[in-house]
Amino acid sequence: MSGNNPALAAPAAPREKLKPAGFVAIGLWIAVAAAFAFYFVRAFDVTLIERFGWSYLHGLWVTVSLVGVSFVLGAIVSLPVALGRMASNPIAQGLAFAFVYFFRGTPLIAQIFLFYYGFGQFRGFFETIGLWWFFREAWYCGLFSLALNTAAYQAEILRGAIESVPKGQWEGGRSLGLSRQVIFFKVVMPQAMIVALRPYANEIILMIKASAIVAIITVYDLFGETRQAYSRTYDFQTYVWAALLYLALVEALRHATNWAERRLTRHLKR
Amino acid sequence: MNESLTLLGFGSTGWGDDLATGVVVTVTLSLATLPIGLGLGFLLSLAKQSEDRLLKLSADIFTTIFRGLPELLTLFLVYFGVNAALKSLSTATGLPDIALSSFVSGMVALGVVFAAFSSEVFLSAFRAIPHGQREGGMALGLGRAKVMVLVILPQLIKIALPGLGNLWMNLLKDTALVSVIGLADILRQAQVAARVSREPFLFFGTAIALYLVLTILSSIAIGGIDRWTKRGEVAK
Repeated sequence: MSGNNPALAAPAAPREKLKPAGFVAIGLWIAVAAAFAFYFVRAFDVTLIERFGWSYLHGLWVTVSLVGVSFVLGAIVSLPVALGRMASNPIAQGLAFAFVYFFRGTPLIAQIFLFYYGFGQFRGFFETIGLWWFFREAWYCGLFSLALNTAAYQAEILRGAIESVPKGQWEGGRSLGLSRQVIFFKVVMPQAMIVALRPYANEIILMIKASAIVAIITVYDLFGETRQAYSRTYDFQTYVWAALLYLALVEALRHATNWAERRLTRHLKR
Repeated sequence: MNESLTLLGFGSTGWGDDLATGVVVTVTLSLATLPIGLGLGFLLSLAKQSEDRLLKLSADIFTTIFRGLPELLTLFLVYFGVNAALKSLSTATGLPDIALSSFVSGMVALGVVFAAFSSEVFLSAFRAIPHGQREGGMALGLGRAKVMVLVILPQLIKIALPGLGNLWMNLLKDTALVSVIGLADILRQAQVAARVSREPFLFFGTAIALYLVLTILSSIAIGGIDRWTKRGEVAK
């Protein structure tokens, strides 16, 4: 008996526990993957790729350019909004808060409908001020709503990042005799941007996903091209292609962010 | 102005009652999706911290897929894909046709998306609870289940609440997407009203105002829950 005493026995090497739950779960995914592989091999159609391959790539380009342009425009708009949120002036504060609350508190799809269909009602007015060419096009309306929407989110990211920089940085800059502007752009912003990198990358990913909505107002982005391909073929694999493309885009961005963050913070490692 | 009020009024001349049913549908869909998303997300977060590598991997695959796909695409995949699969299943087996309605499709699609995000919220909340809490519970002779329910969960809810509150707001807004596959929610009713009355600005503006009311009410409710979970803390 004494030989079996667990207290005396040499500690067994920690073995990895493999429980049935894990096998069931991974088995489920393998089954799903196998079903998809089987379905794809059976349904795979070269003529479909010949027919829609270029339009998918074009759609991908529309999605990427729409997100890119609206992200940059949103970044520009977000700066005054973030400053307004941090201002001591109650009017600026109230306006910035209302802007942020409106765009963050309502669905993007409703905002897009309001700008595209709702503004169409005031065609005469927009024609007199010479902006009708802008609100007539679905692409511009999508851009407009996406840019304002992301501006509200980016303002909050920016505000959080700027407020995360310790006050001593401002005071240190002032004691060196730097002007407020120089302190803001050369001392505070670089530190704030490191904090904001990850939220900004998340925001881009959220925008890529949200930009699929513009397909509803007839913009032929990746999702729009997909819907058209599906309506012409009634072949479900058109949606699976789009899913794979979106996943590839988002995952590439996520890994790029991880890499960039490691690189930008390498001087902070201890 | 009067004309707008008539259009928004209740009864046969206005669209008020249609918009009201839309509000009910939106709220019902969000509330019906919440338990699916919370339950599945909680189970996923347990799987992600298990020692079983396969279980962890499966949970990570789930999160990667449903966090990376656009919600609208997930919705279409469920609505068209699952319905096509169900149809081929029923023709193969000879069983009567079953099809997912747009409501159920919305529930499933938004539920899995909510689960993918909430599992991360739960996971970081789990990690914020010191290990000693579990050990202390064990030392008092509580079983695993009792430690979870009596010791871990009350702290978990408190830590996870802000993140979950954000996800609830997202869910509420994402229900508007289900109108695209024909669910008669706020946005759908507004769309129909706008087309018939030719007053798109009025009706989409009203729809947006209704969503704003819902999010304001939600943030009041979440604030109340937050105070309730912190009732044991020292008043400041």
